[in-house]
Amino acid sequence: MAALFALLPLGYLAVRALERGPGFAWDVVAEERTLALLGRSLGLTVVVVAACLVLGVSLAWLTARTALPGARVWSILATLPLAVPSYVAAFAWLSAEPDLAGFAGAALALTLVSFPYVHLPVAAVLRGIDPAQEEAARSLGHGPLRTFAKVTLPQLRPAAAGGALLVALYVLSDFGAVSLMRYDTFTRAIHTSYRASFDRTPAAALSVVLVVMTIALVAAEARTRGRAGHARTGTGTARPAVPAALGRWRPLAVLWCGAVTAVAVAFPLGTLGYWLAVGSSATWDLGGLTETAWVTFGIAAAGAGLTTVLALPVGVIATRHRGRGTRLLEQAAYAGHALPGITVALALVFFAVRYAYPLYQQLPLLVGAYAVLFLPVAVAATRAAVLQAPPVLEDVARSLGRRPWQVLREITVPLAAPGVAAGAALTFVVCMKELPATLLLRPTGMDTLATRLWTETGAGSFAAAAPYAAALILLAAVPSYLLGRHRT
Amino acid sequence: MNELHVDGLTKSYGSEEPVLRGLELTVPPGALAAVLGPSGCGKTTFLRIVAGFLHADAGTVRLGDRILGGPGVHLPPERRRIGIVPQEGALFPHLSVARNVAFGLTGVERTERRRRTEEMLDLVGLAGYGDRMPHELSGGQQQRIALARALAPRPQLVLLDEPFNALDSALRAGVRSDVRAALRATGATAVLVTHDQQEALSTADLVAVVRDGRVAQCDTPQDLYRRPANPWIADFVGDAVLLPGTVDGDGTALTALGPVPLATPPNGLRAGTVVLRPEQLRLIDAGSEGVVRGTVTDVCYYGHDAMVTVAVEGHDTPVGIRVAGPLPVCRGDEAGVRVVGEAGLHP
Repeated sequence: MAALFALLPLGYLAVRALERGPGFAWDVVAEERTLALLGRSLGLTVVVVAACLVLGVSLAWLTARTALPGARVWSILATLPLAVPSYVAAFAWLSAEPDLAGFAGAALALTLVSFPYVHLPVAAVLRGIDPAQEEAARSLGHGPLRTFAKVTLPQLRPAAAGGALLVALYVLSDFGAVSLMRYDTFTRAIHTSYRASFDRTPAAALSVVLVVMTIALVAAEARTRGRAGHARTGTGTARPAVPAALGRWRPLAVLWCGAVTAVAVAFPLGTLGYWLAVGSSATWDLGGLTETAWVTFGIAAAGAGLTTVLALPVGVIATRHRGRGTRLLEQAAYAGHALPGITVALALVFFAVRYAYPLYQQLPLLVGAYAVLFLPVAVAATRAAVLQAPPVLEDVARSLGRRPWQVLREITVPLAAPGVAAGAALTFVVCMKELPATLLLRPTGMDTLATRLWTETGAGSFAAAAPYAAALILLAAVPSYLLGRHRT
Repeated sequence: MNELHVDGLTKSYGSEEPVLRGLELTVPPGALAAVLGPSGCGKTTFLRIVAGFLHADAGTVRLGDRILGGPGVHLPPERRRIGIVPQEGALFPHLSVARNVAFGLTGVERTERRRRTEEMLDLVGLAGYGDRMPHELSGGQQQRIALARALAPRPQLVLLDEPFNALDSALRAGVRSDVRAALRATGATAVLVTHDQQEALSTADLVAVVRDGRVAQCDTPQDLYRRPANPWIADFVGDAVLLPGTVDGDGTALTALGPVPLATPPNGLRAGTVVLRPEQLRLIDAGSEGVVRGTVTDVCYYGHDAMVTVAVEGHDTPVGIRVAGPLPVCRGDEAGVRVVGEAGLHP
């Protein structure tokens, strides 16, 4: 049921795009403008992915495998950009230098918020590689550089490719940064086309192209993955690797980490602080801010609630019963992850206008869109949580005289609850930051922190936008902080 | 009484080959029986059927005078009064040690519950550990708490599923003897499932060797080791020397190691496989009169004894000889071999 719910929009989008005949849809797609859009989207994706690979891999190696001073602090700082929505980064750069608008600005903002997607998995693999493998290579006569190239790098490839895929999906589906930077990609073109005309078929057709692109990307990555088995052979705990000495490169390495952290973390926060200070005299509308914060809190909570409820059965079934059917179920839920927010929103708009008009531009539809978009996040959390309660514990409880429903109450739920709650908190944060679907589906006159920030920045009133950005980061920080505490 | 009686147990998963094919086993009250078999022999399936987590396709499980499972009967696990000790303990991670042990004590008055919990902790040698959480215990301690948890509600039968597997070998012997002592003290009937023949021989009163879903032999450890029912069991339980032999008139078998007296009359067999244990072979001086000679191909030294492998003329696989005390030979030496005691003969 939940999986079907996640796939529904996709199918409907295709139906809607072909409504005026395949010929019409093809005309839209084959237009010169569409080809240009394709080039711009792909160009931006390639540049951002390449930049993220350079930033992510270099920082991962420096923090995980070298004697870099303060390596732990740098590695934590390098994950912080994940908490900055792309449109906040775009706001920061635009407000400092309006001339950045365009390709350069979009690439800059997107790279600086998404390189942790590469950094995190690569650093994890680097920490996990058994140093004995590298020592074996050295003892067989390979120098340090050849050892890195022949032993270490091949093992990094799956992690780096996975990270690059996430970055690519992020860029393709990003709406906030490209629209603020006024750089036309598919997402921005879809939004403009939807807003500009009553005929919504072009928007649907463009959406289908975008969806096909993302699916092709995911499929290509899945093909390259999982052929070579990596990880350690043998059991036991690996020794931690001896950090490589940096020698005379040390100051340069520190400078590099410092520069990346400065532009990715310190700069957005600093700019925000500056505009808060500048604007405090004139444009603070405390009442409006509080109300918007409350509205955001409310719908994000509703979105997180619905998503978690839908994710529970999928997660439980996927964990307990492995098989072809369940894998399919899981993949269906994940399909939503690759779908850009704007296409899901568009599909729901079409659906509501046609079949459920009373729902059009009403809250339930928005909350439903959140559920479709973020179901994978919640399913992943549920799976991890259910794994906390292995079946053997339930067997033991049965043998000690408990009935099945008592086992559920006393063993399974208490063990899984913290993980499920963590998943709900995570979903809450992503719902709160969501921009494109919210823009399309919100009831008229309603604003969330994200939409308000987007509107004000788009109009160039940076001082007015700053308080919303600050409130958004603060609200998002609370669950993130709780999540961090839960993990440790 | 708490006698476990399993009769004609059959089970297959889907359309695959049956895992159990008419397994029979009787464990007398208060005994500790080991179900021993290689992986995939069906021993875990057997355990899960007895515990009530799986339905058998056919056969009955009886405990004392209660039928637990059989045609038209399936008592749910919570009503069987069978305690289980899973691999790696599987303590409830969210409950303290004391609450883990008390988990099965439902419908018991609170003071009695506390008394029984402390009694059990005392029994497994972990008195005073009640307030700890499972992750604060070592592997061996977790395993003992798992046993205390299983024993607390006074089950009629305790099932132990390879409980010492996860422990390192230094710890294993200690935990094993503690577990046996605790089981003895409570008088519970117990079944230990394992693939480790040493563990089965040293822990259990009775060992049932399972092969291909059936009990191939069920005996006391000594009888099993000294009189294995066939060469496969001999080789699986302990080290064995298997030699082809032909029967001579007066109850001896002629082999590559010379004439060997048979423990039982050959019952009409003219030839077969002669089964000896490595400790029944002795190394003697190669120069002696009429001795069987061979070349030492390998020496494994264990401290308390050593295994010397000798290639003998007339037999294509080298034979193992267990030597206690100082080693008289090294690799490449000529050596003489002599057989002590009686052998078994199998078709």
